[in-house]
Amino acid sequence: MSVPMVEATRVSKSFGTVEVLKGIDLTVARGEVMCLIGPSGSGKSTFLRCINHLEKLNAGLIKVDGELVGYSRSGNTLRELPSREIAARRAQIGMVFQRFNLFSHMTALENVAEAPVGVLKRPKAEVRDEAEALLRRVGLGDRLHAYPHQLSGGQQQRVAIARALAMKPKLMLFDEPTSALDPELVGEVLEVVRQLAGQGMTMILVTHEMSFAEEVADKVVFMDGGRVVEAARPEILFRSPRHARTREFLTRVL
Amino acid sequence: MTTERVNGADMADPAPRRSLFRALLEGRTRREVAAEGTPEAPVVVSGPKWGDRVGLAAVLLVGLLILQEVIRNPNFKWHVVFDYLFEPTVLRGLGLTIWLTVAAMAIGIALAVILAVMRMAPQLWLRLPAVTYLWFFRGTPLLVQLIFWYNLAFLFPEITIRIPFGPVLYSGSANDLITPYTAALLGLALNEGAYMAEIVRSGIMSVDKGQQEAARALGMTNSRILWRIVLPQAVRIIIPPTGNQTIGMLKMTALVSVIAMYDLLYAVQTISSRTFDTIPMLIVACLWYLLLTSVMTFLQGRLEKRFEPKGEGARP
Ligand SMILES: Nc1ncnc2c1ncn2[C@@H]1O[C@H](COP(=O)(O)OP(=O)(O)OP(=O)(O)O)[C@@H](O)[C@H]1O
Ligand SMILES: [Mg+2]
Repeated sequence: MSVPMVEATRVSKSFGTVEVLKGIDLTVARGEVMCLIGPSGSGKSTFLRCINHLEKLNAGLIKVDGELVGYSRSGNTLRELPSREIAARRAQIGMVFQRFNLFSHMTALENVAEAPVGVLKRPKAEVRDEAEALLRRVGLGDRLHAYPHQLSGGQQQRVAIARALAMKPKLMLFDEPTSALDPELVGEVLEVVRQLAGQGMTMILVTHEMSFAEEVADKVVFMDGGRVVEAARPEILFRSPRHARTREFLTRVL
Repeated sequence: MTTERVNGADMADPAPRRSLFRALLEGRTRREVAAEGTPEAPVVVSGPKWGDRVGLAAVLLVGLLILQEVIRNPNFKWHVVFDYLFEPTVLRGLGLTIWLTVAAMAIGIALAVILAVMRMAPQLWLRLPAVTYLWFFRGTPLLVQLIFWYNLAFLFPEITIRIPFGPVLYSGSANDLITPYTAALLGLALNEGAYMAEIVRSGIMSVDKGQQEAARALGMTNSRILWRIVLPQAVRIIIPPTGNQTIGMLKMTALVSVIAMYDLLYAVQTISSRTFDTIPMLIVACLWYLLLTSVMTFLQGRLEKRFEPKGEGARP
């Protein structure tokens, strides 16, 4: 059996005295699409941010492609890696944020090309061609030189996805990519995510779009109060959830 | 319809100061404008008020009276002012003043970036020296600092730079190392670094945290994030106060005359100590300071325009 893409064991995380993640166990296989759902404050974003070490853990392990992202292990203790090494490992994991977070002093093309040139040290001309191709793939071939403020929310989010893809990541993390969008712009972003799923990209997607989750996910995970309550195939989790808490949440949002 | 639009646009100038001047120059009265209105298309009259005209006239009158008094008063000795305005020694002093301003600002800004980053670092060992530096240089008068640097040789007659337990890299009398020139440049630059550090810090803090997070997620290192993402966006916030600091620096350089640096002020004082024309010579210096300040203000405006955000706030 091959190594899973993401393997989380007993992940705990506190902010001060508040325990936000209380022992999360999850695995995501290669090529699998996992959707994380749950009420506000249940720790979905925090868990996602722990995967690429934007947040530090208090205990537990997260391996991406068989490797710890932010730590080195000796026996029962973990030690944080030097920031350069963490950065190098993060470069292999793409992340898309709720609020797009495009670099506002750069054009769409520059946003996409920045990290492949600066971080991966790849030749500019080659990266530029690839960045153009990526932007065309997300339907922005005619907005290459637009600045973020000249783009709609949906367009900005598609640039942000292209920016993450330009690093050729093994894994993509999406934190509510459509929550900051006007309803009529949600579809264009979900279409890009749907294509990625079709191409076999491994993805973890925090979302409130339940019907979309049901459509693209191989596995849906319901979190509440810092714990995984239930993880199952979408048709099972949405149609016949086993836990009362899951049922209650679903009746509230559906 | 047409007449209304033309007249309305003419009188309802969005910039009230300009319309006031224009109305005074054109001399159109309210009645003349009103005559162009018709019952179906009345004219909007929104020109300067009577009180404004009287106020402006009064201010101009008082200004002219003061100017006349100053020009006519023989004690100002304007002929001396114009005799010495382009005197070679004055121009030499002016050159040093400009050079000190530019050099001290350049060093100060470089220092400020380092200090600001240290000050915001999570590590205490980086923050502590930065905070101490700011505390010291902002807490003591620049004049005292300059005199201090000038007299450094008195405190440390011999300056030796060596690798601990290793070879000596430099050794010599402090008088050779700390000339009045280095004392002046050092004093101005170190002091400026402390003030600019706070400006740079506020610029850095104004940059969207989400973008820095996205950069981290892309695998960018902290220094790359600083140079590629944070500083290019922080300059917009940093530029206007930096212009003010530069204008301030121009005049602060006058303090170096106390440590016998041949700047603009020192040059005119040297002359007036010979000729006893104290006030005319100070006017010579002030005319140059005013000219330079005006040029800088103009350049500052141009620079601010160039770095203006291009329609920010379009983000949802
Ligand atoms: N930097 C932080 N400092 C302190 N508390 C935090 C921080 N980030 C998150 N929290 C807290 O951790 C808990 C989980 O937050 P998290 O953002 O992971 O929830 P979420 O499931 O993503 O919710 P939402 O659906 O609203 O995005 C919340 O109670 C939140 O207040
Ligand atoms: Mg969240």
